[in-house]
Amino acid sequence: MSAQSKPVNQAPRERAGAIWLRYAAPLAFDPLAARMIPWFFAAAALFGIAGLYIGFFVAPTDAQQNEVYRVIFIHVPAAWMSMLIYLVMAMWAAIGLIFNTRLSSMMASALAPTGAMFTFVALWTGALWGKPTWGTWWVWDARLTSELILLFLYIGFIALQAAIEDPRRADRAGALLAIVGVVNIPIIYFSVFWWNTLHQGASVSLTSAPKMAATMLTGMLVMTLACWMYSIGAALWRLRSIMAEREGISVVEAD
Amino acid sequence: MGSLLLRVMLRDLALAWRQRADVLSTLIFYVMVVSLFPLGIGPEPATLRVIAPGVLWVAALLAAMLSLSRLFAADHADGTLEQLLLSPHPLTLLVLAKITAHWIASGLPLVLMAPLLGVQLGMQAADIGVMALSLALGTPVLSLIGAVGAALTVGLRGAAVLASLLVIPLCIPVLIFGAGAVDADAGAAAYFSLLGALLVLALAGAPLAAAAALRISLD
Amino acid sequence: MPTDPLLTAHELECRRGRRRLFRNLAFGLGAGQMLQVSGRNGSGKSTLLRSLCGLTCPERGEVTWRGVPIRANRDTFNAELMYLGHAGALKDDLSAHENLLAALDVAGRACSAEATARVLDELGLAACAALPAKLLSQGQRRRAALARLWLSRDTPLWVLDEPFVALDADASAALRRLLAAHLENAGILVLTTHQEINVAPARTQHLRLDV
Repeated sequence: MSAQSKPVNQAPRERAGAIWLRYAAPLAFDPLAARMIPWFFAAAALFGIAGLYIGFFVAPTDAQQNEVYRVIFIHVPAAWMSMLIYLVMAMWAAIGLIFNTRLSSMMASALAPTGAMFTFVALWTGALWGKPTWGTWWVWDARLTSELILLFLYIGFIALQAAIEDPRRADRAGALLAIVGVVNIPIIYFSVFWWNTLHQGASVSLTSAPKMAATMLTGMLVMTLACWMYSIGAALWRLRSIMAEREGISVVEAD
Repeated sequence: MGSLLLRVMLRDLALAWRQRADVLSTLIFYVMVVSLFPLGIGPEPATLRVIAPGVLWVAALLAAMLSLSRLFAADHADGTLEQLLLSPHPLTLLVLAKITAHWIASGLPLVLMAPLLGVQLGMQAADIGVMALSLALGTPVLSLIGAVGAALTVGLRGAAVLASLLVIPLCIPVLIFGAGAVDADAGAAAYFSLLGALLVLALAGAPLAAAAALRISLD
Repeated sequence: MPTDPLLTAHELECRRGRRRLFRNLAFGLGAGQMLQVSGRNGSGKSTLLRSLCGLTCPERGEVTWRGVPIRANRDTFNAELMYLGHAGALKDDLSAHENLLAALDVAGRACSAEATARVLDELGLAACAALPAKLLSQGQRRRAALARLWLSRDTPLWVLDEPFVALDADASAALRRLLAAHLENAGILVLTTHQEINVAPARTQHLRLDV
């Protein structure tokens, strides 16, 4: 029996030697993540308070929509985050699939529920805006409908990973699904906007937002930053619990 | 190579023929679902004529989702799927041959049945023609995208429903353009180009994604 | 006889879920050699075979064929591999004959209908070659699945998972003769078995998975 002792399978992290790759091993990353999380939540709280203050006290009242329009300070940042998180999630998933790094895949799984939450918030705040403004709780306008489909994509990703027991298969299958989703999103959005312009009968649209005063834009950007900080904090928190679940439990030897 | 793919496709079609009860049940499902709409909404001819394209398309989408379990599940259970993965021939092309056979057995009957159901819903003759053509272009896309979902969920508990959950959002553009073509009258050509573009994209990307998904699933 | 190893495994480690099945597994097989893998049920024999075929990605380690990692050149490796798993790879609704033709087709081996009919005849399946496989007995199905081996003699690497299951004495003897002939022909064999099969003891390496 001839057994070669030369290691043939060199992981990318050993070859590259870049500093950040040192943290690509989950065990090394955990303490770093633990230190970072409180800072992100603190930043989220600060930006959130500032943003809500601007949105609810500083920004002028809109002539037509009165105070109700202020809901866009939550609706728009949530919608932006829901889109951004899907892209980031797909990016991490793709990295995990291509380079076979476990931490990247876990990050994608950690981001998904936060992204779904923001999508949900965007839909609800859209409804809250629609009711006083247009009289109905839901309008099938292009943006809300696209948000709904995005929610379905998130749910599909989470459901697929939940249905697969083997973590490796779950990571890779989720990654493939996320990549397919990202490729399809432009097509889906295009078709939904097309569909919406066809059926203009209702001509009800949440795009008829009030003209943007500078303060309004500032308020939305600050709120977006708050959501971004929160997302990173929440994702890192979830990442730590995923790591604990997968790596913390020691590997059971086959007897 | 080409004749091998043809043989793979014909073999799958022969299998579908020998299990034709399974295949027929998808078609019967389609007919039943379409009949549910007048029963649920009311038989008013004007209403039915308006909702007909949407109904025929949504029902076709649902029937296509139902038929997805036929694509890889049986092969996975009896071990032939593994042999496909171990073939020296490109898996992408083998998967394409299987998807083609699947569409011929499951999708094409829907296309042929739709005109009859269109008459039942009171559609005009010209509209029926446009509808049939949109289904002919669109159902292959449904099979192609569906194959990716089926490949990702092969062997899982509740795979059929899960695959549908994954695939339905991705099929929404096909639904929109397919059903929209009928209402478009003069502008139908634009819809057919869009459907054609989707078909080309799906042909280019879906078999590759499905092959990758199969390797992931059988790991 | 010392030969350069064609199939090698280095530091192979496989897991199922969280359970590690084996680690630091290594071996090298040259032409005309056989590896017999044994172990209790659930010890990872099938997983090992699947990772040798490239179906399963090992947690750690690597498998090489002719010095090249099998993942690097999948198509070339697959052309030289014949794998038979537990399941037998038979379509229930196809006849034994059609199944054999389909299997060889997918595996990239051209074969005439006469040759396939002859092999099925040799295996005692002439009478039921045209029946759908679901009507065959366990033993007949096993023989129908194994038939493809008789027509893949020029495929160097055979990986067989429990090939002797459900075979009667005659069929077992025929299979034993075929495997011995394959090794004589400079072929390589990896198989799992619960029994002692005595194909070519001089050329056999043993690997036990639950120690």
